[in-house]
Amino acid sequence: MTNRLALRIALFGGVAVVLFGVLFFRLWLLQVLDGEKYLAEAKNNRTRSYRVSAPRGEILDRNGKVLVGNRTSLALQVNPRKLPEDPVQRRAELSQLAELTHSTLRRVRKTMHEELKLAPAAPVTLRRDVGHFLVYYLQENQDRFPGVETQRVFVRDYPDGTLTAHILGTVGEIEKEQLKEPRFRGLQPGDEVGQSGVEDTYDRFLRGQPGLTRVQVDAFGEPTPNGRLIAKPPAPGDSLKLSIDEKVQAAGEAALSERGLPGGFITMDVHTGEILGLGSFPTFEPALFTRPLTQKQVDDTYLNPAAPLVDRAAAGLYPTGSTFKLITAIAALESGKLSLGEVIDDPGVLEIGGQEFKNAGEAANGAVSLVQALEVSSDVFFYTLGYRMWNTGELQHWAHALGIGRPTGIDLPIEDETLLPSQHWRNQLYKEGGTERPWSAGDNVQLATGQGDLQTNPLQMAIAYATLANGGTVVTPHVGKEIDDPAGRVLREFNPKPRRHIHIDPEYRAAILEGLHDAAQNGGGTSFDVFGDFPIPVAGKTGTAQRPPHADQSWYGVLAPYPNPRIVTFVTMEEGGFGAESAAPAAKKILEAYFAGRLSKEAGSAGGEG
Amino acid sequence: MYATRARQGRPEPFAVHPGIAERLGLPYMDGALALSGIALAVFSVFTLSQATLHDVPGDPYYFADRQGIYAALGIVGMYLLTRIDYSRFRELRVGIYTFLCVSISLVFVFGFAARGSRRSFELPFFSFQPSELGKLLLVLALAGFVIDGARSGSERQRTVRYLCLGLAPAALVFLQPDLGTALVFGAITLAVMYVGGVRWTHFAAIGAALVAVTAIVLVAAPAVGTPILKGYQAERLTSFLNPSADPSDAGYQQNQAKIAIGSGEKTGRGDRATQTRLDFVPERHTDFIFAVIGERYGFIGAALVLSLYALLIWRALRIVTLSKNSYGTLVAGGIAAMLLFQVFVNVGMNLGIMPITGIPLPLMSYGGSSVLATFLAIGVLQSIHMQARLSQKGRFAW
Repeated sequence: MTNRLALRIALFGGVAVVLFGVLFFRLWLLQVLDGEKYLAEAKNNRTRSYRVSAPRGEILDRNGKVLVGNRTSLALQVNPRKLPEDPVQRRAELSQLAELTHSTLRRVRKTMHEELKLAPAAPVTLRRDVGHFLVYYLQENQDRFPGVETQRVFVRDYPDGTLTAHILGTVGEIEKEQLKEPRFRGLQPGDEVGQSGVEDTYDRFLRGQPGLTRVQVDAFGEPTPNGRLIAKPPAPGDSLKLSIDEKVQAAGEAALSERGLPGGFITMDVHTGEILGLGSFPTFEPALFTRPLTQKQVDDTYLNPAAPLVDRAAAGLYPTGSTFKLITAIAALESGKLSLGEVIDDPGVLEIGGQEFKNAGEAANGAVSLVQALEVSSDVFFYTLGYRMWNTGELQHWAHALGIGRPTGIDLPIEDETLLPSQHWRNQLYKEGGTERPWSAGDNVQLATGQGDLQTNPLQMAIAYATLANGGTVVTPHVGKEIDDPAGRVLREFNPKPRRHIHIDPEYRAAILEGLHDAAQNGGGTSFDVFGDFPIPVAGKTGTAQRPPHADQSWYGVLAPYPNPRIVTFVTMEEGGFGAESAAPAAKKILEAYFAGRLSKEAGSAGGEG
Repeated sequence: MYATRARQGRPEPFAVHPGIAERLGLPYMDGALALSGIALAVFSVFTLSQATLHDVPGDPYYFADRQGIYAALGIVGMYLLTRIDYSRFRELRVGIYTFLCVSISLVFVFGFAARGSRRSFELPFFSFQPSELGKLLLVLALAGFVIDGARSGSERQRTVRYLCLGLAPAALVFLQPDLGTALVFGAITLAVMYVGGVRWTHFAAIGAALVAVTAIVLVAAPAVGTPILKGYQAERLTSFLNPSADPSDAGYQQNQAKIAIGSGEKTGRGDRATQTRLDFVPERHTDFIFAVIGERYGFIGAALVLSLYALLIWRALRIVTLSKNSYGTLVAGGIAAMLLFQVFVNVGMNLGIMPITGIPLPLMSYGGSSVLATFLAIGVLQSIHMQARLSQKGRFAW
């Protein structure tokens, strides 16, 4: 190779080195030195994202009947780019729109300001679920309302009106405070979330994933032709199947509303804690909350003294009357303060420390055993038991073990405010000056019959009854049964573990159930008038709670079928009088609905024989 | 041939009986050259398999599969060329040159038009683009003409002759129209002339002429109303100077490629890449595949690819110096220049420092003709290497 050629090739190599040097340097400059800047540019690369809301999952009863579905409705939107540029015209149009949507110019401006901050090119939703007349009006006057558009959105639909309202709960736009909660991460103002009931508890399953439409826009914010880059379709929420049986639920709600008294009911599987029905009266229409409330609706719901939003079955706070005697009986037997064969004389009144505690109606039952005492609901018998345990804490121990006065673990957003009065509680309150006297025997005597300071509800009582019925398992009550994907495949099932197990002697259980069975279906029983002719053997206990200044509150707790109960039903009605007067007939209607198949079969065979 | 020579001469210390590697000629090949080429092709298939999953509905690996097949064919072709003495091409130069010009011309008649230009034939399995193979054919033919014309005519005459021989096919390609490949033809012509020893003064004159032509083409001709380049071509050529904000023009695309590469940062965005995944960067499987690599695999990936090209071109330049004859020197020089020019212009275009010219990135850009032609070019380099090694060996053995 000649020297001249070597020189040329060396030069060639030099050029190659320089060119590669330029490329490497440029690459390093772009990716290492300025990488962050370009990454930021890539991220908001002249694109705008529109969120496309996803339909929430349906809520079904245990047999697949739709309790909450969706319907499409029209939302009124304003496209800020197409509004008049002249500020006077713009203002005029916006204030007209405000008037048409029952809003104010300030609120409209605020909404637009907030939404435009989040999505600068996207249309702003002024109002969801507008009526068709307004839409027609706006369409006919399109020239007067430039930039006004309508879009289809999904709105919750309640085919049965108020049915299961308290369980279902409501949905609404996410609130500012909620946006900070970790479980709502990724949501934006304007997104809908469950605000109460199972809509809230199971929100993460029901919510779905909003879709995303990314649109490429030019320097002026106008979408470029064919600028639709990606359309991630919205993913509908999964559906929630409840353990609720729509027939039982409807029967319970009907029974409450027929009587017209504030109250609640619950029907639960004693083995699994699955709630078959749970309702409260007065009730409300969840559909109201799908659009902004009018002042009258606010008055009728939030400010109504009858408190229709309160779930009296799961969140009520009442003394329970004699339905509590089952708990007193378990406590006395298990702590040895009463033996099974023991007979206590009931002269109609018990005197403790100069204070007289009388039977309801001043009846004297004579010498009674536990079974008889439950059948006729002898107060003196249980006063005596309460007195025997007045400063030992045994009654409180067993009531607490059975779930009274403590969180139940139910899958509904309920704050536990229940109270099981105890020596410690009252003495502490006395020390703090909250009451004028410390704990006395009388307090425990009252508690033994479900009177006094006790504050509980049908849910907790149902759990206590279920625990006796199933032999000692304190179940976790729940309404959520399973999550199904939109195609109907089961994604997960809810079988919450029992809260705990307690030991109840089978002999004691049998005796107490026998007493309750006699009370419901033996001639002298307290609810014989109601359940005497009921073809299925049951075990039920009446309760009449004193709530001065109110009239007595009616209670009924029933386990069916006797002697191996599958379900427990509890009913309470404020100011309903004796247990057998209001609550027991309502409970009977619920049982009739639950056992409808069996009852009609028996009726048919009875008719055939006759 | 070499094996018999080893047997006839003094005993070979290591391979008296030639082993399988010896029979295949592997010891005489340039391993680094072959491996860098194969590594680039593998990287290309890998990148395509990740970046073009959704490009062809129902066939996620459409591009990756085909590129893999092209690369495999290319590697076989490379090996076959390795075993042929490249000096034969020198004798065939007229035939090669004729075939080159005819095949390019035939495209005008039978060609398959895509996006306004006729560049390729539709063959049963893929569309064959003669101008890609033409790059290699031009190197082989032109180097032959330079060697054989060395003693005829004055230096100036010779320079003009080489220029005409090189620029004729370049003009044909330009008319397809395919500006990028025409420029590669031009670069090859100049490189072969350069290695062939054309005077510096002549290069100076050519340089001056180039500047004048560029000025006329880009400024003067449009000004008097007779544009030579098509509108989009001129825009592409100049847009890198002012990356504009108008999303519809070439400068915007180039800017997007730049953003794509920059956003890859050090380690890349992987499947979270948006620029090259969401169609911001056009032609991501061909001309802008380097932007895909930059965004997906970051500086690490892009620098690796550049390093492989540096290795490839270094080995090519090394072969220029090793060649046993001048023809090999010229051919290797032409191929080295062809690769260097394409890599620099394509990567530079991706990085926003070179104009958009539609030049594919050798071995990386999707396309059968390009991959095949590049592997064949590497095969010719291997042949030069092998012949040099064999003659050395022969000398030692003598």
